[in-house]
Amino acid sequence: MKILLKMTIMLCIIGLGAFSAIAQELSADEVIERANQASYYAGQDGQADVKMTITSKGGITREREFSLLRLSETGGNQKFYTYFKAPADVYKMAYLVWKNIGDNDDRWLWLPALNLKKRIAPGDKRTSFVGSDFVYEDVSGRSPQADIHRLVEQTQSYYLIENTPKDPSSVEFSRYTVRIDALTFLPLIAEYYDRSGQLYRRVEALQVKEIQGFPTVMVARASDLVSGSVTRNEFTNVRYNIGLKAKIFTERFLRRPPREVTR
Amino acid sequence: MVRYHITIIVAALLLLGLAGSASAWQWHGFVDGRSGMRLHEDNGAGEQRRSILNELRAQVDLSHNADWGVWQIRSDVILDEAAGQRNADLESGHGVIDLREANVLFLPHDLVDVKLGRQILTWGTGDLLFINDMFPKDWQSFFIGRDEEYLKAPSDAVFISLFPDFASIDVVYNPRFDADRYISGERISYWNPLLNRHAGRDDELRVDRRSRWFRDDEISLRIYRDVAGYELAFYGYDGFWKSPVGYDPVSARQTFPALRVLGASIRGNAGSGLFNLEAGYYDSRCDRDGDDPLIPNSEYRLLVGYEQELMRNLSAALQYYLEYMDDYSYYQRTLPVGSVEKDRARHVLTLRLSRQAFNQNLLLSLFTYWSPSDHDGYLRPSLKYKASDALSIYVGANLFFGQRSDTFFGQFEDNNNLYVGIRYSL
Repeated sequence: MKILLKMTIMLCIIGLGAFSAIAQELSADEVIERANQASYYAGQDGQADVKMTITSKGGITREREFSLLRLSETGGNQKFYTYFKAPADVYKMAYLVWKNIGDNDDRWLWLPALNLKKRIAPGDKRTSFVGSDFVYEDVSGRSPQADIHRLVEQTQSYYLIENTPKDPSSVEFSRYTVRIDALTFLPLIAEYYDRSGQLYRRVEALQVKEIQGFPTVMVARASDLVSGSVTRNEFTNVRYNIGLKAKIFTERFLRRPPREVTR
Repeated sequence: MVRYHITIIVAALLLLGLAGSASAWQWHGFVDGRSGMRLHEDNGAGEQRRSILNELRAQVDLSHNADWGVWQIRSDVILDEAAGQRNADLESGHGVIDLREANVLFLPHDLVDVKLGRQILTWGTGDLLFINDMFPKDWQSFFIGRDEEYLKAPSDAVFISLFPDFASIDVVYNPRFDADRYISGERISYWNPLLNRHAGRDDELRVDRRSRWFRDDEISLRIYRDVAGYELAFYGYDGFWKSPVGYDPVSARQTFPALRVLGASIRGNAGSGLFNLEAGYYDSRCDRDGDDPLIPNSEYRLLVGYEQELMRNLSAALQYYLEYMDDYSYYQRTLPVGSVEKDRARHVLTLRLSRQAFNQNLLLSLFTYWSPSDHDGYLRPSLKYKASDALSIYVGANLFFGQRSDTFFGQFEDNNNLYVGIRYSL
């Protein structure tokens, strides 16, 4: 009897918890902000190994492998360190980004054959990331302030938000919708429409796993519906709060990659 | 074989490391075939060969990461039908082996990194223009169509980096002078002011090579830090002019006169682009008054650059570069009768256009040098296509033009060339 009572209470608590998450009257802006936090700010820092497979419409595949380090600083600013392991012609190259909220990012490329830290001019964040169907913004996050958000649909399990760019000339889409998980706040499907209103691009989270308490996308896919090209990202060795120091994200550790990425 | 001492010591250390933990070594490499042809005969300087580059190159890159440091060895094995000199020489990169790197990086202290051995060194802010980067360049490779990375020649050096809170400090000591792999006429004919004509492969340069250990040494210094997103750096160099620009009438040899350089640079985002500013003073220590016609005068050098993405996958970079001679009146006064008088200022503008297409698998680039004061220039169009993750194809050209045959780019006008290459990386 006691056990039954306990179970009933627990079920109620779980139910209430789930209910309260749904019942919160979140505005579209709040949902997007939470999604931004869940996607790009889990933990104080984090690391992952990424295997990227780009498959063209004709079935030709290209692969990239890299390790990623991320550190969150004050005011939403972040630092990213990407260390390439494959293909062979980019082996040991590193890409360093200091993401500055409200300003251009600072970006550098480490060219190992020249021992050169090359600064890269601020670029269009809608440019393809290493030739894949992901764009830079998919990797480092699109500013929630860049779009006007509208809640289109809300169910027990997800929010559907429509996003319209404030500066349409700066992007290739006229709008995009994103379906955000109501519990984890991770974006599950984002669909991009061109200026004629045609759906042309889709980014999906195919597999989500909880790591150290943080819901984490383990497999993601970006599809270019016009060219037929598809890129699949598989994340492994994901860890959070590993105690990364800011000095890792400097020239010293471009010259001498930290063990977190060379393992 | 004294000249190979450092290399041999490092190679021995590498082998020890290898024996210690063979499993943790990683290796990569590539095979690169390249062929370049002159666009027209060069009969001005003896008989220069029509083929300027015909090489098969294999690179092996071995590295080992441990908690205490990194081993690195990277060497090319080359078969080059168009090479003028076949005797092996690791300094000039002649022969079958071009040892690019053989070094160990270790961490004697939390705030100190040391890299010892043969290494490629680069710093400064210019794009294919150098003021404070006094590390050796390989101009021959640059002009005949090898990959751009071969513009940098290796140094045998100790590289010490210190990381106190207020700045980062790099000190490089080369116990023996590492000259540029300068244009010697071997493949590229050039204007030789001593001969007062173009010189080619049959005109052997007599050069005092400055090869004494610890006496013909070089030291380079850089202090840099980030100030509100701008990279600020100060530089110092004590060594020699990197090409044999001096002349000793007693030994009748060309020389590398003593040189000190002091400079500074700043780089950062500006508007929607990236700007850089770099300056330096070349203190020609053996001709401080500027009255020795056989040694270059001191000069000021300045570089201003701006780079911006014009549209997605298309960017443009513009640079202005100035060389301004010190003590010009002494230079004019002591110039031997009949010599060509140089301008006091040499102005150069560069423009780089880069375009990426087909999912960034096609890279098109055009780099242009143009000097309004020398009335000459140099075009470097290039195409790289990544046919697969492993296979890349290259096509490019080196095109020089000028009104006179003695200016920096104009002297190479007979060396215009077109090249094709293919590289398999693994």
